[in-house]
Amino acid sequence: MIPLSHYLILGAILFALSVVGIFLNRKNLVVILMAIELLLLAVNMNFVAFSHYLQDTAGQIFVFFVLTVAAAEAAIGLAILIVLFRNRRTINVEDLDSLKG
Amino acid sequence: MKAIYLIIPLICLAAALVAGLFGKQIGRSAAHRITIGAVGIACALSVFVWMTVMDGMLFNGAVYTWAVSGGISFEIGFLIDELSATMMVVVTFVSFMVHIYTIGYMHEDPGYQRFFSYISLFTFAMLMLVMSNNFLQLFFGWEAVGLVSYLLIGFWYEKDSAIFANLKAFLVNRVGDFGFILGIAAIVYLFGSLDYRSVFEMAASEQGVAQTTQLFGTEWQWMTVVCLLLFIGAMGKSAQVPLHVWLPDSMEGPTPISALIHAATMVTAGIFMVARMSPLFELSETALSVVMIIGAITAISMALIGLVQNDIKRVVAYSTLSQLGYMTAGLGASAYAVSIFHLGTHAFFKALLFLGAGSVIIAMHHEQDMRKMGGLRKLMPITYITAVIGSLALAGIPPFAGFFSKETLIQAVGNSHVTGSGFASIALTIGVFVTAFYSFRLIFMVFHQKPRMDEHTLNHVKEPPWVVTLPLILLAIPSVIAGAIFFEPMVLGEYFGHSIFVLDEHNSLAHGEGHGAVHGIGLLIGTIGHAFFTIPFWLAVFGIVFAWWCYIKQPELPGKIAGKFSWAYKILDKKYGFDEFNQTVFADGARKLGDWLWRFSDMRFIDGFVVNGSARVVAWTSSVVRHVQSGYVYHYAFVMIIGLVVLMSFFVTG
Repeated sequence: MIPLSHYLILGAILFALSVVGIFLNRKNLVVILMAIELLLLAVNMNFVAFSHYLQDTAGQIFVFFVLTVAAAEAAIGLAILIVLFRNRRTINVEDLDSLKG
Repeated sequence: MKAIYLIIPLICLAAALVAGLFGKQIGRSAAHRITIGAVGIACALSVFVWMTVMDGMLFNGAVYTWAVSGGISFEIGFLIDELSATMMVVVTFVSFMVHIYTIGYMHEDPGYQRFFSYISLFTFAMLMLVMSNNFLQLFFGWEAVGLVSYLLIGFWYEKDSAIFANLKAFLVNRVGDFGFILGIAAIVYLFGSLDYRSVFEMAASEQGVAQTTQLFGTEWQWMTVVCLLLFIGAMGKSAQVPLHVWLPDSMEGPTPISALIHAATMVTAGIFMVARMSPLFELSETALSVVMIIGAITAISMALIGLVQNDIKRVVAYSTLSQLGYMTAGLGASAYAVSIFHLGTHAFFKALLFLGAGSVIIAMHHEQDMRKMGGLRKLMPITYITAVIGSLALAGIPPFAGFFSKETLIQAVGNSHVTGSGFASIALTIGVFVTAFYSFRLIFMVFHQKPRMDEHTLNHVKEPPWVVTLPLILLAIPSVIAGAIFFEPMVLGEYFGHSIFVLDEHNSLAHGEGHGAVHGIGLLIGTIGHAFFTIPFWLAVFGIVFAWWCYIKQPELPGKIAGKFSWAYKILDKKYGFDEFNQTVFADGARKLGDWLWRFSDMRFIDGFVVNGSARVVAWTSSVVRHVQSGYVYHYAFVMIIGLVVLMSFFVTG
């Protein structure tokens, strides 16, 4: 039997990887989207682990929610990305600094 | 009776409003008829009220309560007693005379109706002042007479000098009024009441006298503070040194006004006020001492300036200042009754002198320089005789009115034991000589000597119409007899009853000449006879003789004296430099201060530092801070994560 802590450590590692992926990535916007997906999956991992550990299915229901939202978010994110590419001919993160005041 | 008390001031107000607001519609003669009628009625009713008061019918009460706030009630009320009744008669009588005189004097002036409106308004305000039974109404009347004075000094508003003079009068009076209102505020603070009677009662009680306060590091009696503040108000209104500077300039106004406001009535408001406040002033010897010294300084120093003036009205103006100084000194000696007595006689003979001067000015076609007059005696006999009567009264020659009042006043000051009475007594006695000299200098320069005006003017000099001469004659009568009639009741008797309060130890009248047993004519003759053995009388005679010597016998003498004592002449000609001092220090100083405040405080500090400075700080700060905004999404995300971590660690560990 694999103890709970292993799952949690795996979740934390995945989470940390995705966070680093968000702000260390200087190249591609798609990588950021993937990092966000990974972030959500890391959270899902925790939900499932705790759900099994506490013998409570509510956690697994939340996982469904999160997956649904993640799918929608990915769809919207990719759509924005395509529009962005059409307009600016680039999805390079370094070039996207028009939020600057 | 209440109705009569109300009618007396209100009828003057009504006339002023009609003449002022509807002057154009009703025309010139209707304007003067209405105002003269109103003042005539007020005068007659005042005499009636005075007679009832003499029969012992006093009144003290409110007629209207304006507001009640915090236990203090603001009322309009009348206090009719011997003092106010006397003032009412003097005010309305002189005002009545001046109204009649104005028909002749202002005859060609385009502002005819406006003038009548103003003098009626003045009469109203002055009556409110003297009839008041509380400090609020006193202050109302005080300010209202000041306002009318301002309006009338600047009556000829096209004249730059008139505008300058009325502004000056207004500003100098503000200084006095500031002290006055502080005094009233102190009274309200101390006694919580504006009513004369309750204030006097509380002041006289033990704790009223004993209260002290800390001022400028020393302990002061509250009564002294209150009295000195009130007296500052009196100094402004009654033109005492150093707040006298406005009165000579006020001669820019029309002559009837100089007679009514700036000689007979308004300027005596300060004297009246101090006499009215006698229960307060009696409690503070310091205040009495200050009053006496200021009065004595004014009396002598202003009389000396009168010696070198050449403008006929200014000579009379300086004589007014000097006489006001006499009255003030009398107040300081606790001889309130004598001061009011002198106020009354002075009102008659000084109004007479001013109106006489005005008569001369009309005849000379508005020439006021005495050096261009002379020899008018034959051409204007009525003016000449009345002016001589006025001057004799002013100089204090028996049996004219001024003799009785001035002689007793000087004696009272001599008998006083207040600090400074020795100096005051000497100053006033010397003042008698000076007074006699300058008043007869005027008579000799204007009416005697050889005519110095040009042919054209000389041929046209004639006695003005009856409206001018009648008031002269009517004023000459009391100038002769008022002193003799009122000497016994006012000075020796109980004329003023309880309206004036004198502590026994201050009473400077009781130990007078000691002819208590003699009455009536015998007393008068005794007093006049006694005069031949007193210094002031001989000084007055000597002054007249000296004036005659200088201006008739040896006309070149004054020039020689002036040449020999040119420094003294210069000082007097410059009026001790009060005007220059005020002009440089206060007027220019205020302007420079304003300029500095504008340039430094307003433009540099407020505009530059506070307003533009804060904008610049914002601009600079944001120019630094905006570098934080890189615009890269991952920077923002990073900051969010950091924030999240910080918050979480705070919650988890905390």
